[in-house]
Formats: sequence, structure tokens, C-alpha cells
Amino acid sequence: MAILIDESTRIIVQGFTGKIGTFHAQEMIEYGSNVVGGVTPGKGGQTHLGLPVFNTVKEAVQQVGAEASIVFVPPAFAADSIMEAADAGIRYCVSITDGIPTQDMMTVKNFLRRFPRKERMMLTGPNCAGTISPGRSMLGIMPGHIYSRGNVGVVGRSGTLGYEAADQMRLLGIGISTSVGIGGDPIIGSSHLDVLQKLEKDPETKVALMIGEIGGPMEVDAGIFFKENMTKPLVAYIAGLTAPEGRRMGHAGAIISSAGESAAEKVAILKELGVTICPTPSLMGQTVAEVMAKL
Amino acid sequence: MNIHEYQAKEILAGYGVKIAEGGIAYSVEEAAQRAREIEGDVWVVKAQIHSGARGKAGGIKVCKTHNEVETAAEELLGKTLVTHQSGPAGKLCSRVYIEAGTKIAKEVYLSFLIDRSTERVIMVGSAQGGMEIETLAKEHPEAIVKIYIEPAVGLQDFQARKMAFALGLDSSLLNHAVKTIKGCYRALRDLDANILEINPLVVSSNHEIIALDAKMAFDENALFRRHKIAELRDNSQVDPREVAAAEVGLSYVGLDGDIGCMINGAGLAMATMDMIKLAGGEPANFLDVGGGASAERTEKAFRLVLADQNVKAMLVNIFAGINRCDWIAEGVVQAVKNIGMQVPLVVRLSGTNVEEGRRIIADSGLKIITADTLAEAAEKVVAARNQVVAQEG
Repeated sequence: MAILIDESTRIIVQGFTGKIGTFHAQEMIEYGSNVVGGVTPGKGGQTHLGLPVFNTVKEAVQQVGAEASIVFVPPAFAADSIMEAADAGIRYCVSITDGIPTQDMMTVKNFLRRFPRKERMMLTGPNCAGTISPGRSMLGIMPGHIYSRGNVGVVGRSGTLGYEAADQMRLLGIGISTSVGIGGDPIIGSSHLDVLQKLEKDPETKVALMIGEIGGPMEVDAGIFFKENMTKPLVAYIAGLTAPEGRRMGHAGAIISSAGESAAEKVAILKELGVTICPTPSLMGQTVAEVMAKL
Repeated sequence: MNIHEYQAKEILAGYGVKIAEGGIAYSVEEAAQRAREIEGDVWVVKAQIHSGARGKAGGIKVCKTHNEVETAAEELLGKTLVTHQSGPAGKLCSRVYIEAGTKIAKEVYLSFLIDRSTERVIMVGSAQGGMEIETLAKEHPEAIVKIYIEPAVGLQDFQARKMAFALGLDSSLLNHAVKTIKGCYRALRDLDANILEINPLVVSSNHEIIALDAKMAFDENALFRRHKIAELRDNSQVDPREVAAAEVGLSYVGLDGDIGCMINGAGLAMATMDMIKLAGGEPANFLDVGGGASAERTEKAFRLVLADQNVKAMLVNIFAGINRCDWIAEGVVQAVKNIGMQVPLVVRLSGTNVEEGRRIIADSGLKIITADTLAEAAEKVVAARNQVVAQEG
């Protein structure tokens, strides 16, 4: 199977009966994802889109064998929904919700760490476009038709920039094994590194593409992991090369990371670590193609 | 969201942190009145702007008489202060804080912030106060102490004591120091602040620990549950273009270039700006129009971009996922017509319903330049901009 999800993965939608949850549940079902129901507290027992609605995630796990969930719950309640999924035994959760308070995510991450590693739910997002294994399953809000199946594993913070990359690759005849959106928030479920670990082990992935941006130490951490542990080539683009300095909030923030947080600094560090850099965002597909040709 | 020093101090005082006696003034008369209310023979008049490094920019004045307070207030009120943190446009000072002078025996640095990599609150301190922390980190990294706080249990007394000793505070002040440090942490956690910085935290000559300056920044995503904090927003301290954008729910950052941009998604927006620069242009703004870009929203975004008088050409780059290119195209056509747009416009559409979107643009009869790829879009908008400049010149 592909990393994280495939055609058999049993998916539930948290925030199922809301407008956004409904729309994207339909899109996922049309794509072929194995959506088996949803959760809206207080609406348990009803049927929505021909599928059962449950009051709790636990019930969904027990009654329809839910393994993965996607969260469309509004920001004020999303952290709670993610923790409920983890507690109920969901294996993989994607949180689409944008605007979750940072301290709520701090609580979520702390909650997840209580579980032994083997039993710990994997979370990607929040504030992401989700995950897709083209031709098999889509657990997200992306336009499924721009992704074709193949051997490039993609991990990125941004939704639309990920679409751009997928489209560039499709036009060059390059397919994707799995594309994972990890989200643009300061505290997120999984990092570039977490996803690269999985792509490295995935027999279908031959090349990895990382789409990063300014801020935080995540891309550099991934680069170090690549140098020390990866056998597959890693291609990276870092957005924000021209973003002005000092527009971020930090003051005290600057002292925390010893490694650079601007795009230029990240590119320099990644190059040194042996990562292939896409010089411009219009060359993501092209750069991957060149790396593929050398395999 | 940033707040003013006096607001942060008021909050901290509520959490048991000692501050000097002070009061806010919007006019010279009020400033004199505040000085008369505060006992003592030294007053400090402090410009209230959302920026650090005010001292070097002349924003903090020590006064020995009520007359001097009036003069200082008169100088500062209505003045735009440019500090090395404020950006070249500076920040307008429309209120001053009058504070009793404190005799300083020792200055230290204390801050709390949410650390992205460890996903915890980190407490940062240094016995060398008064200096900017960035400078200190560069020149004396060994002088900085960091203590990580477990979210589930919070800041423990032993950690506060550890910090107090690291700051070189006298043992006789230990209890007061622990109370101060824990108060700061609680303020950060209770109110969804991202940053709380006290620089300097001082020991006064009469052995009190006093927050002489205070900076707090709050998580915008948490303001829905922090109504009292949300009320502290001061839009006079923010780029007016960003304020206008926030009112219509768009994410906008004004820049110094002359190519206006409307893009969906923050990552694609940054990437598009990179492309414009690589093609030889300079973006006038960052604008993420978001996922559900209706015709109305598109028009608002256009108006916002074009309100910038510097804009000589505009680029729309949309990769439609949830959006549909035909909806975007209709919005663009409507916006161009309604606004009577004069500057050249380059539109690049991709993703869901792209053919339909391109047809709508082509059939509109409007002078819209189209592009298929990101690179082509950037090149065309830079060329259009150069043509405008050549015609003007």
C-alpha cells in the first residue's frame, strides 16, 4: 500500500453534516475514497450522504471500523475533535481546519505524546489541503484530477503550491505516489521529516519533493535527516526567497533557532546537505524530471 | 496582534507583576495632569507605539519637572517615530505613558514565547538586561538561559527559582522573583499570548522587582475567545492597507514594488512573488485571496491592490482547487468592468474548470493578457510594467 492511505482505508469525516464537511465528503467519495461515515455530536443515528452519522469517533471505530479521519470542525472546537480521534484509536488524522489557536495545538501535541509510539495517531495539518495517493484515495480538499499516479513522494506546507507542483509534474508525465500537505501553522501534527521517513521506506516512492517556505527550522531538520538517513534523492523548493525580512512577529523568536529561517539561508543549508534545489517555483516539475532521469 | 506597553503592563499588574506608577495621556494637558498625580521628582514620558528600540529613536524622555513633562509630551504626540524595528514609514505616536522614574540597581532580561520546534513555552532570561536580545544572542550567547515548560504541568516553582538565580537576583528577592516569573507565565497562557517580553526587568534601589518595559503579542487565531484583548487592537499602528484587507477577510501585506498581485494560497503567493522578482520585477504586495473566492471577494481584492498608487501592472494567479476557474474568471471580468481598471492585467488560471475560465476571459472583449504557466505569467506582467514605465518616462 501507499504510505498513510489507500483504496481500502476506512475514512470518517468529523464535522460531517456541516456545509464544508458535506461538500468535501462528496468530492472524496466521487474520487473513490472509502468514506464509511461521519461524526457530528448530537446527530448520531441519522444518515447523511447515504452513510451513517455517529455521535462519537469511538462509535465510528467500533461500528464501521474507521481507521482514518478528516477534520472540518470549526477552529474553536477542532483541537478537541483531533484529540477525540486519537483517543478513539484512529490511526491517521488530517485536520483541514484553518485558524486553530496555537496553544490549542500545543495541547494536542502534548496529548498525542502520551500514547506509546506504536499506538500514537499520526496527524497532518492543521491548515492543510490533506493527503492524496493518486488513483487510490483522497483524504483532503485538493482537485484530485491534477494528480497522476507514479513514483514521486511530495510533502509540502502549502496547498495551492502543492497543486502547482502536481500539475507541472503531470504535464511532464510524472506521477505521484503520495502527496502530503503538512500545513502552514506554527505548530503542526507532522513535519517534513516525519513524512520523509515514511517516503524513504515506501517501495513505490523513488524521489521525494519537499515544498517548504520561510520560518521555522523544519526544512533544515528534514535536510539533515536526508543527509544522514535517506537513500532516495530529495528535491526541494523553498518559497519566500523574496519575502521581506522582519515582517514576522518575532523579536525574541529569532534567538531560538540557531539555523537560519529565511528562504535564502534555508536554500544554502539544504544545498550543503546535498539536497537538489529547484531554483524557481516554475521549475519544480522540471527539476524532479532531471533527477528521475539520473536514476 | 501587538498591544502597547501600558496595556501589557496593566495586564501584568493583574497577574502580580510589580510596575511603576503611571498613567496614559492623549494630550499635553493630560500628560501634565498624570505627572501631578504621580508622586516623586522624576518622570519618564514614553511614546506608545508598536515597536521596540524606542529609546534610541528619542521616544523615551526622562523629565525632572512638570514643565519638562509637558514639553516632552508635546514633542512626542502626533510625531511619527522611526526606529530600527518600525520599518521606514515609522509609527505614529498618539498617546504617551507617564511613569514614575525608577532608581535602577540591576537590569535583567526575561521573556516567554511559544517555541515552534519543541512545541512548548520557552522561558528565556539573561542577567544582562537592557540590551536587545538579538544583539545579546549574537555577542554573548552564553549569557542567555532557556528553560522549557511542560504544557501539561505548567511552570514549576523550581524552574522559576532556577531562572531567578540565573538572572543573578539576590536570594532575599527570591519569593518576589518567583511570583513575578510565574505571573508572567500565567498571563501568557491565560490570554493566548505568543510573546511576552520584559526588557528590562529591574531591581530598584529599594529592592523591588519591577517590569520597566513590557511587550506582549497575541495569537490572532485565539482572539475569538479573548474579547478583552481583541479590544486593545490599535489600527493606527498597522499599515492602513492591511487594516482594509483584514476588514474584508483578506490576507494582505504591503510591499515597496509596483506589480500588484492577487493569488490564492499563501505558499503560491510567495512563490509567485519570487517569480516576479526573478523576472526582474518587484511585487507591490502579498495578497492571498483564499479558497472561496466569490466575484464579490475578487472585486474587493482588486480594489485593495489598485488602491496602491504605485501599482503599474497587476498579476492574478489562481490555482483552483475548491475554487473554480470559471467563477474566478467571472469575478475578474466583473471587477475590471466595475472598477474601470487602467493598468495592464495579466491573468493565469489553472486547475478546476480551467478551459471554461479561459473562455470567459477571452470572450469578455477586455484587454486582459493571459498566461498558461507561472513563468510566462511573471514574464508577461514584468514586460507590461516595463512598457507602462517606458510610456510614462
